[in-house]
Formats: sequence, C-alpha cells, structure tokens
Amino acid sequence: MATLPQRFDPEQYQAVTREVLAAHRDEPGALLPILHDIQDRLGAVPPEVLPLIAEDLCLSRAEVHGVVSFYHDFRASPPGRVHLKLCQAEACQSMGAKALTAELQEKLGLQLGETRPDGSLTLEAVYCLGNCACAPNAMLNGELHGRVDVEDLLDLLEEQEARV
Amino acid sequence: MNSPITVYVPRDASALSLGADKVARAIVAEAKARNLDVQLVRNGSRGLFWLEPLVEVATPAGRVAYGPVKARDVAGLFDAGFLDAGEHPLALGLTEEIDYLKRQQRLTFARAGITDPLSLADYIAHDGYRGLKRALAIGSEAIIAEVLESGLRGRGGAAFPTGIKWRTVAGCEAAQKYIVCNADEGDSGTFSDRMVMEDDPFVLIEGMTIAALAVGATEGYIYLRSEYPHAEAALQATIATANAEGYLGDDILGSGKAFHLHLRRGAGAYVCGEETSLLESLEGKRGEVRPKPPLPAIEGLFGQPTVINNVISLASVPIILDKGGAYYKDYGMGRSLGTLPIQLTGNIARGGLIELAFGITLRELLYDYGGGSASGRPIRAVQVGGPLGAYLPEAQFDTPLDYEAFAALGAVLGHGGIVVFDDTVDMADMARYAMEFCAIESCGKCTPCRIGSTRGEELLEQIIVARSEGPQPGRIELLKSLCDTMLGASLCALGGMTPYPVLSALNHFPEDFGVSQDAAEAR
Ligand SMILES: Cc1cc2nc3c(=O)[nH]c(=O)nc-3n(C[C@H](O)[C@H](O)[C@H](O)COP(=O)(O)O)c2cc1C
Ligand code: SF4
Ligand code: FES
Repeated sequence: MATLPQRFDPEQYQAVTREVLAAHRDEPGALLPILHDIQDRLGAVPPEVLPLIAEDLCLSRAEVHGVVSFYHDFRASPPGRVHLKLCQAEACQSMGAKALTAELQEKLGLQLGETRPDGSLTLEAVYCLGNCACAPNAMLNGELHGRVDVEDLLDLLEEQEARV
Repeated sequence: MNSPITVYVPRDASALSLGADKVARAIVAEAKARNLDVQLVRNGSRGLFWLEPLVEVATPAGRVAYGPVKARDVAGLFDAGFLDAGEHPLALGLTEEIDYLKRQQRLTFARAGITDPLSLADYIAHDGYRGLKRALAIGSEAIIAEVLESGLRGRGGAAFPTGIKWRTVAGCEAAQKYIVCNADEGDSGTFSDRMVMEDDPFVLIEGMTIAALAVGATEGYIYLRSEYPHAEAALQATIATANAEGYLGDDILGSGKAFHLHLRRGAGAYVCGEETSLLESLEGKRGEVRPKPPLPAIEGLFGQPTVINNVISLASVPIILDKGGAYYKDYGMGRSLGTLPIQLTGNIARGGLIELAFGITLRELLYDYGGGSASGRPIRAVQVGGPLGAYLPEAQFDTPLDYEAFAALGAVLGHGGIVVFDDTVDMADMARYAMEFCAIESCGKCTPCRIGSTRGEELLEQIIVARSEGPQPGRIELLKSLCDTMLGASLCALGGMTPYPVLSALNHFPEDFGVSQDAAEAR
C-alpha cells in the first residue's frame, strides 16, 4: 500500500474519479462499484469527490453522502501503511480474541479504530473473516492469518513494517 | 523418474492463513534441489481445518495426505519419501479414508479439495456441468419440478423452499428478471459459502445458470462480502473462463439462451445479508431493509421479479439436476431434506466442514467429529445459526439437526454454523455482545432495533457490573420486556432475532446474570 498524504492532491483525485466514473457510469446501480474503485486506488473516498460523483450520476450530494456513510468499509482518509484487522466475532471470542485484543492494544499503545499519528499503523475491528475453525483470526494488509497469538502478531507487524 | 508426481497444496483462504503458500514454495524449491519432477496443483480445501495445510500426493493407490504441514517440515517429508507415500509423523494415509471425511455425505461439496477450483476441465472431468446439460434438455417447468421434488430449502437461514420461490418468479411476466446470489455470509461460525466460492466456484456459476433457465432470467449478480478477497479472485477468474468457453454469455452451450453474470462487492454491512437490504445495496443505495410485501420474487432488483438465494442453495442445484430430486431427497429427515454443510468452529479440537444428511445430533458433531473442545476443558455452550442464533446448553446436545427440532427449542439452524465455547465463557457477556453487534449493524430503519439494541447493551453492562451483589429482578425484567419489543416489533430479523441469543443465554445460564437457576425457572 502506498504512502498517502492526508490531504489529497485535487488533480489526482479528480483524475481518478473521472476515470472511475467513465468505467462504471453505464452500469445499473453503479454507486458501490464506483466507491470501491476510488477507495482501491486512493486508499479512501475523499469527501471532495462526492460532489463530482453526485453530479455525474444525477444524484443529490446528500444521497451520495448517505450511501458512503452507511457502509463500514468506506473511509474518508487512508488507513495506516500497515493495516491490521482483528476479528471480534463469536468464534474468535471463544478462542480468546478479547484477551488477545486487549494485550495487543496495550503493547502497541493503540486502540481498535485508531491510526498512529505518523500513519504507520491502523488497528481495526472486523466481524468474522470466514475462518472460524482456525480462530482467533487477523487480516494484515489484506492477508489472512489464522490461530494467531500476540507474539505472532507482533512478528507479522514487524515483517510488514520492514516491507512497506 | 519419467512422469511427474502430482502434489496438492490447497489455495483455500484457511489453508493460506496457516502458511500454505510457504509450504507450496518450499515443496517446489526442495524438489528442484533434489532434481525430482513434481507437478504442483493448488487444489481446494477438504475442510479438515485442524490438518491444514494438508498436503496430498497422488500415488497408484490413491491420494495420500500429510498434515498439518509447516514449511520447515518439507525437507523432512522429502527425506521420508513422501512422494512414494513414505512414513512420516505427519502421515495420515489415504485421504479418502480419514474418518472425519469418510463418514460424510458430500453432495454439494463433492469436488471440494479434490479438484483445481480454477480449472474448467477438472470441473467437467468430475461431473461438472452435467446438471446444466440436463436442465437445457428438459426446460423450465421440469427444472422447477426437480427442485421442488428435492425438498431443498434455502440454506441462507430462513429455510424457505427454493422450488416455490423459483415457481413464483417463473410465473411472473416481465421484460427483465434477475438471479441474485446472496454471498454476504456475515454469520460468525460460517464459511461454507466461502469454501464453495474458493474451492469449487464453477458449481455456483452452474447453479445460477440453471436458476436463470428455470425462471427466464438473463442477468445475474453475486453480492459478495468484502472480507472475502480470495473468493472474489476465484469468482472473477472462473466467470471469465465460463464466458470464454460458452457456459455464460449470449448463447449458453449453443442453446440460444443468454445469461450474463456480474460480481459485486459488498462494503462491510452485516445487514446487507438480509435480502431486501442486499437488493437496495445492489441498486447503489443505503442498505436499508424494505418492508415486505412486495416479495423480491415479484418486485425485487430494480423492481423486477428476482430469485435471491444463498450460495449453498444455488450450489446444491447442479447435483439435484444431475441425479434427480428424488436422489437428493433421500437424505435427511422430516421436512429437512438433503444434506447440510455444517461448519464446526470456535473452541473445538477438530473444526471443519462436515456435510451430512439432516438428523445428526449436536453431541455426535461435537464429540465424534469435533473431538471436544480445543482447550481440553468441558464444552459449556454452543451457538448455532450465527449471531442471531440461540445458545444451547449441554442438556440440549442430543437435539438432531433439523429445522423443526430446533424451532421447537426456540433455536435456529440458520446457515449451519456451530460455535463452541468452553466453561470459561461468560454468558452474560455473550448476551451483551449480541446487543452490541445489533447496535453496530442496525440499518436504523426501525426503532426497536436501532434504540433497543443500544439500550440492551447498556442494561447488560449494568447487570454484569452488579451481578456479584445479588439478584437484580428489576433489570432482568426490563431486559425481558425489551427483548419482547424487539421480537415483536422489528422490521427484520436483525432486531427481531437478537433476543434469541440474549434470552437463551439468560434462560440456560442464569447464574452468569446473578440469577439462581430456581429463580429463573419460577419466572
Ligand atoms: C440480518 C440478516 C442477515 C442475513 N444474512 C444472510 C447472509 O449473509 N447470507 C444469506 O444467504 N442469507 C442471509 N440472510 C437471509 C436472507 O434474508 C434470505 O433469507 C436468503 O438470502 C434467501 O436465500 P435462501 O432461500 O437460499 O436461503 C440474512 C437475513 C437477515 C435478517
Ligand atoms: S430490525 Fe434493525 S436492521 Fe432490521 S430493519 Fe429494523 S433497524 Fe433495520
Ligand atoms: S468469527 Fe473470527 S473468523 Fe469468523
């Protein structure tokens, strides 16, 4: 994942948005694919692009904002370079996910839902990764890791930080 | 060696999460270093997850298995001659003879773990697309008759007869009809949809194509949750192949019939698994639940008649068409016919996918298959059917897996997920979590769910804080009446069924709420 400034370069996001709109605007119900494509490319759906989308799809800004804010996935600013999601759902709880989360939060000095100020790491909750027979689970920059403990996670984080 | 030896390392996300890619790379490197001719196949998973990564070798006697294999075990496996089924501490013998697998009745999952999921040739060599060919030959009415005959009920949770849904859509006059596959699989404790999509995706494509022929639809959507990137990649690849080879597109196998299949990614909302919320989301809107009627079968996607079915429901159709509804119906009990892909998860020694005829008991699953808890401690509770499913105590472990038997207990089978908890579980906290989850995921359309879940969470927090100080009948009464309101007045099952886990936890484990067993029964 590329490092992204918190402020988006208007030329960049406008160009990306135009390309994405051109690719999808003729699909029925195109709004979610458009938002996903923008987020895949920019790491976020910057609030600045909402008017562009609204105008193109003949929707009101309020409608587009309503959709973006409904879904947990869409974010206004990009996540940290390392993005760790910890599963908090029942099957992972049955294998100690809560204690694991608490311990990791303490070791990292970061709570679920927070990003380090330097943008190096985001910690997030997720509710089931479909790997419930191998709990507890985590997803690190899109990669699934099963039966993890705190040491595994700290090692994986170190490895990722070295990589990005 | 003249011909290469085939070695299988799964590409399923669970296997990958336990290091399958590293194992695959180590096998290739080691074979090269030893000048051995190995052909690596990335198969699907057999679903024996405590043994993943499960490496298999093709031998004249059949496929032999080794597992769980770590990358550091690979050199030792070569030393032990695993390419000739050599003895090794990780050796499991012939894969098909592994008890857990051998005792299953795999119909929907007949190919999972056996084939290369991305290979159309492999799919066809293992009886794939026989159902579609028969469907093309017999036509709409006879297809629906087979599905009705099979007794198949929707595997997404509500257990509505699939054939009746299809008949309704087939009977509608409309310029455009749709087939929508619900691949939102948000329930904790479930992964059977994911396995179909990663380990045998063509069977879902085939099932959707048969549904399209049955009802006269030409457009289809798979609504896939965003937490499943591997399934997304597998579906993209196989949909492209099916289009290129004439199994999808304008002219399916030269029949003149068209079916165009699109893949859409969800965006992390649990409620979008509810069918009308899913349709709203596909239309590019907020995933708010629609009041019913109208049924989606009559006014569904973009206001048109729409079949919306779960992945497993659709993936069970090809074998029903191939072998006949009567063959499928022979499995099961009562009005629960056919097989259920059960997912045994959580605190369990041998977790995995177990496809069996309806009727097996929880106890057999937990102990004969599962081998008891993973922690070695006594099993105290299981939650069946996802976050909206009831908790069952040991006293109910002899219940057979059957829709009606579960309903009689105030429980549900749902999508077939079983989450196991040992005796360290705090059931009041699980009840609190059920309310918390409902509050996080509520679509906000109706008050009992939107406000009630937050109120319920607060109330359970108070109960947990005060429970050591003795009974708190006031708060417990309040919790019950709140649950009553949610049960009776919510628009959909998210608000309407969150009381299931909450009340079952309270009824079966009152001691965790500071209520004595006698007091709970007297009430
Ligand atoms: C909150 C909620 C979440 C649901 N999630 C799913 C899901 O993830 N997958 C699914 O197939 N059905 C889910 N359902 C059930 C669907 O509404 C619907 O019954 C199902 O897709 C119909 O397909 P079937 O008849 O093949 O089961 C959910 C229902 C509710 C109320
Ligand atoms: S019960 Fe909850 S999720 Fe369902 S419609 Fe009402 S607010 Fe939405
Ligand atoms: S509950 Fe954590 S992966 Fe399913």
